[in-house]
Amino acid sequence: MPAEATSRVLRLRVNGAPYEVHAPNRRTLVDLLRYDLGLTGTKEACSVGVCGVCSVLLNGRLVASCLLLACQADGGEVTTIEGVAGPDGELHPLQRSFIEHGGFQCGICTPGQIIAAKALLDENPAPTEQQIKQWMMGNLCRCTGYYQIIDSIKAVAHA
Amino acid sequence: MRDFVFHTPSTLAEALTLLETYGDAARPMAGGTALVNFLKQGLLTTEHLVYLQRVPGLSDIRLESDGIHIGALARHRDVEISPILRQHAPLLADVYARVATVRIRNMATVGGGLAHADPAQDPPLGLIVLDARVRLVSSGGERTLAVGELFTDYYETVIQPAELLTEVIVPPQPPTARGVYLKFLPRTEDDYATVAVAALAELEDGACRDVRIALGAAGPTPIRATATEQLLTGQHASEDLIRRAAQAAAEQVDPLSDFRGPADYKRDMAVVFTHRALDRVLNGVPA
Repeated sequence: MPAEATSRVLRLRVNGAPYEVHAPNRRTLVDLLRYDLGLTGTKEACSVGVCGVCSVLLNGRLVASCLLLACQADGGEVTTIEGVAGPDGELHPLQRSFIEHGGFQCGICTPGQIIAAKALLDENPAPTEQQIKQWMMGNLCRCTGYYQIIDSIKAVAHA
Repeated sequence: MRDFVFHTPSTLAEALTLLETYGDAARPMAGGTALVNFLKQGLLTTEHLVYLQRVPGLSDIRLESDGIHIGALARHRDVEISPILRQHAPLLADVYARVATVRIRNMATVGGGLAHADPAQDPPLGLIVLDARVRLVSSGGERTLAVGELFTDYYETVIQPAELLTEVIVPPQPPTARGVYLKFLPRTEDDYATVAVAALAELEDGACRDVRIALGAAGPTPIRATATEQLLTGQHASEDLIRRAAQAAAEQVDPLSDFRGPADYKRDMAVVFTHRALDRVLNGVPA
């Protein structure tokens, strides 16, 4: 198959900035972010949509960027961990809270945890502990620092 | 992943024409949660992906005189939080809320899930006990069939290559109907069920006027436990009868041994969870 048939120019906004990228149709969104745009804050671990480290927001919805073709995000608005802090570099309340409450150890899962938590608080600014656990249960932390992660989110939710 | 052409039809007619033109060389894709996984792992290859998400009008959830119409492109999460479903078919909203994680429910669509036809999925069980139907559309016409008639084997359905599932129709339920969905999850909360049971019952003067039971992860397709239903229909559900009806589930399931447990264990658990579901809908016992 000719390459022009199996690739395309994608236009999308990532963290508010417009991008135009020529990519093969088989490129996943996580690979586009990491390898084409150099936004390596988003990680890939399980590659099958289970672990949550590749979490990003697409048009405000929490999604797994390892299970999305970049083509599916064409014309869309993506938010990654790089877009969470304020324009002057001021940390997002969730980022500050993860630091204050020790919400990470090795740090690999942290971008996904913060993006998932942001999606929760965007939708429900005052979740109960049970709602936090239910929402976050698909974000795995292999250091098993779950209590601190829940504490970090609770502190922002109740602030 | 192999290279493919990515088509983005903007109407249903255009999508159907693409599927007809490319035949076996084409695959429709909605949310992509299952299909992208299959493509990444090389379990499936395709030359033409026909992406449906840009077709307008296929993701609405509407209440009409013949029931609730759920567009095939509605995401699981849309069903979970839909005020219409929460009010008129809360069982179905609960069933969709039990699928995987919120991240997957934000991506996976109602139609894509049904076409994927993994027998361990949650939604078909809720749809079957609610007597839901699906609409299948091709360039040549359309047909509707019961959700229970859709599945033929592991990952196999009656949907033809040039046909698309466009909507699910959930008929109105009698106000006295009681439903429950039980999902046995001995591993993790976001897992597929080890076994799952949906039950819906309507009682009249203490007798079981109508009861429907569907079992998941218990065979090559979702299983309607008709023998169990027949034992109960028209009867006053005594403790002994419920026990015998639940026991009958053992003869109706055909589970595989896998990492979620040996087949014999799953058969036993199908009986246990059918018993609990029946207790809940017939006796109001909290699950």
